[in-house]
Amino acid sequence: MDRIEKTVMVIAIVLLVVFFGAIVVAATSYGVDVPTCVTDRKPFVESAPPFKTSDQPLRYEVHTVARMWMFDPPEITVPPGAEIDFYLSSADVVHGYHVEGTNINLMAVPGAVTYARLKFDREGSYSVLCHEYCGTAHHLMAGTIVVSHRAMEGEQ
Amino acid sequence: MNAALKLPVEPWARRLVLLEIALPVVLLVLGIYAGLLQVLFRAGVIQAAEFWGWEYYQALTLHGIVNAIVFTTFFAVAFGNALVPYALGTKLPLRWAWVSGIMMIVGTLMAAWAILAGKASVLYTFYPPLMAHPFFYLGAALLIIGSWIAFFNWIPLYLRWRREHPGEKTPLAVVGMFATFIVWLIATVAVAVEVVVLLLPWSLGWTQEVNVPLARMLFWFFGHPLVYFWLLPAYTMYYTMLPRLGGGKLYSDKVARLVFMMFILFSIPVGAHHQFAEPAISSGSKLLHSFLTFAVALPSLLTAFTLAASLEYGARQRGARGLFDWIVKQPFFSTDGWMFSYLIAGLVIFIMGGISGIINASYSMNLLVHNTSWLPGHFHLTVAGPVLLAFLGMSLHLLATYTGKAIRLKRLAVAVPYLWLIGVFIFSWGMMRGGLHGEPRRTNLGMSYLNPDSPFYHPEWKLYVTVTMIGGIIMTLAMIAYFTVFFATALRSRTKEPAAEFPLSEAYHDEPVGALANLRPWVITAIVLIVIAYTPMVRDVLRGTFSNAPGYEPHNPAPVNQIEQLDTSP
Ligand code: HEM
Ligand SMILES: [Cu+2]
Repeated sequence: MDRIEKTVMVIAIVLLVVFFGAIVVAATSYGVDVPTCVTDRKPFVESAPPFKTSDQPLRYEVHTVARMWMFDPPEITVPPGAEIDFYLSSADVVHGYHVEGTNINLMAVPGAVTYARLKFDREGSYSVLCHEYCGTAHHLMAGTIVVSHRAMEGEQ
Repeated sequence: MNAALKLPVEPWARRLVLLEIALPVVLLVLGIYAGLLQVLFRAGVIQAAEFWGWEYYQALTLHGIVNAIVFTTFFAVAFGNALVPYALGTKLPLRWAWVSGIMMIVGTLMAAWAILAGKASVLYTFYPPLMAHPFFYLGAALLIIGSWIAFFNWIPLYLRWRREHPGEKTPLAVVGMFATFIVWLIATVAVAVEVVVLLLPWSLGWTQEVNVPLARMLFWFFGHPLVYFWLLPAYTMYYTMLPRLGGGKLYSDKVARLVFMMFILFSIPVGAHHQFAEPAISSGSKLLHSFLTFAVALPSLLTAFTLAASLEYGARQRGARGLFDWIVKQPFFSTDGWMFSYLIAGLVIFIMGGISGIINASYSMNLLVHNTSWLPGHFHLTVAGPVLLAFLGMSLHLLATYTGKAIRLKRLAVAVPYLWLIGVFIFSWGMMRGGLHGEPRRTNLGMSYLNPDSPFYHPEWKLYVTVTMIGGIIMTLAMIAYFTVFFATALRSRTKEPAAEFPLSEAYHDEPVGALANLRPWVITAIVLIVIAYTPMVRDVLRGTFSNAPGYEPHNPAPVNQIEQLDTSP
């Protein structure tokens, strides 16, 4: 190998190390992480609309069941500022769960539970798409998340 | 360019290679037609579940299986059957080569029947618990095992050559093809286990349920090295032929060997980067696989330098001066060395494919693009870019030299890769931009998201799907031009003696290669890396999976074993 080649090799390695370093920093310092392995929850077939798990005002948990070809619950409503713990399970085949415009991008895999958390600050309606092929009517499988002040009023 | 060395080939070896080239090219006609349908469906031009009897997901299964599995595997085997004996100056042992070829053909026909009969609309990743007809799994197994036999058939040739040429460097072409098939062999063991142990008995009804996360892990153990199996034959052409076609020499023989060894090391322990969004795998495993994915980007970065340096050397020999002159002075449109156009166009496409690939591999950033149309946008810049064009170019070259027929419509043949380049860039721009705006992949958009009558209508994607469609139509035109050249050449009468003939390059820096001379230490290290990367993941999957799943047919939300019970109850 001549000198230029060695230089190129070093530059390439430095570049890749910088890229990877940025990922690790994002995950550790900014909490930008991927869904992970949940071992304390059994897959569920009963869904649960957003409910509160603690005294903190805007903390919710939702249990979504994906099945051919719908999400259950199909629509959920929370107030702005809500921080939701998403638990996702599949009742049949593999599905996807992508909340448009957010980092909630999950796979629903039979036999395990997927988990992610996100805070919704902006009011509006977010489409949720199944983006993994799940059979003949896969393109009809979608849901909505509504972030609205009205959700506040309905609460006791 | 002086003529390449010609070696005679036995008639039955010629026939085998020609069969292994022609069958996938014929199937590719169907695969490309399916691709055209997909862009029309997705743009909302076709707003139906099917078109002329081709259901969207059935056509998509065919598209993935034919283009990405059948065409590529057949090509790699045919190319090796031709190149390995040529580079070693020997003959292909016929018996096992034919056994391998026949197994692959039978397997392909079985799977093709299942797909065309609508009994295997499970896409080319066949994720359980969607269940296909047993012939689909059996066909896949035969194709894979047939390709192993082809590889095993070359090993004695190599060992004999080493005995007869002590102290000499193994020809680079052989190193490239062996790296390809070592990666393939290790990777396909996992998918063979998935298919033969988990899925085949389950689809035959011998077992009731399957562990889905385990099956997915096994699939992706195979699924990523699969892309290197596609890429490495193309790399072999880039390193051994492109410099010569460009009128120069390979800049560094040693770097070429290092690159192939790095692919053996890092191709496999990276599967979890397809599974970032999944349960039952800890984030530690995902991060480790992400790291190793960055390691496997290194050989591609080195390749970019070495190939550019080789081409620059060639152009400077021909009098290029200044900083950029050498780029202009490449034989882009030469009809003599027409294969240059296929290789260079592919490389240009691959720049974009590589950059988008690094984005995908970037752990949490993947959540932005996972399963959106960004992904097919990305990999049409890899597998339908450098891989496709290199394979098409070499298929045409093999057709011409092995039949002894001069290529017809050579100008058209040279136009194909550039037309494809334009088409695939437009196509991928649309797919990738749409993906960033949430457009899903693997979805018949014309039935819902791009249909104004649907409650799911997403007018903001209209621009992206339309651009994608325009790109897709240009790609289709490029392929029609290619098929025209291919079949016009195949159907003409012989113009010269058939022979094996490859434009192999010399090296500019031809140093001793030390530890790179031997494959064994690299393979052993690769296996150690795999064990390190997969042991924690196997533990995660077994710990994180609570129950197994029964099978489902794509059109029925009830599990297959319940439907059968209903059928048999009085
Ligand atoms: C005219 C040329 C082509 C067009 C218009 C085309 C179009 C498409 C489109 C629109 C998709 C995404 C469909 C969806 O996710 O709903 C797709 C998927 C795919 N294409 Fe192509 N394609 C072409 C050629 C090729 C070639 C030559 C290859 C490989 C050598 C290839 C490999 C694939 C693969 C592997 C998939 C993924 C299938 C899946 O998600 O199951 N395509 N193609
Ligand atoms: Cu679904």
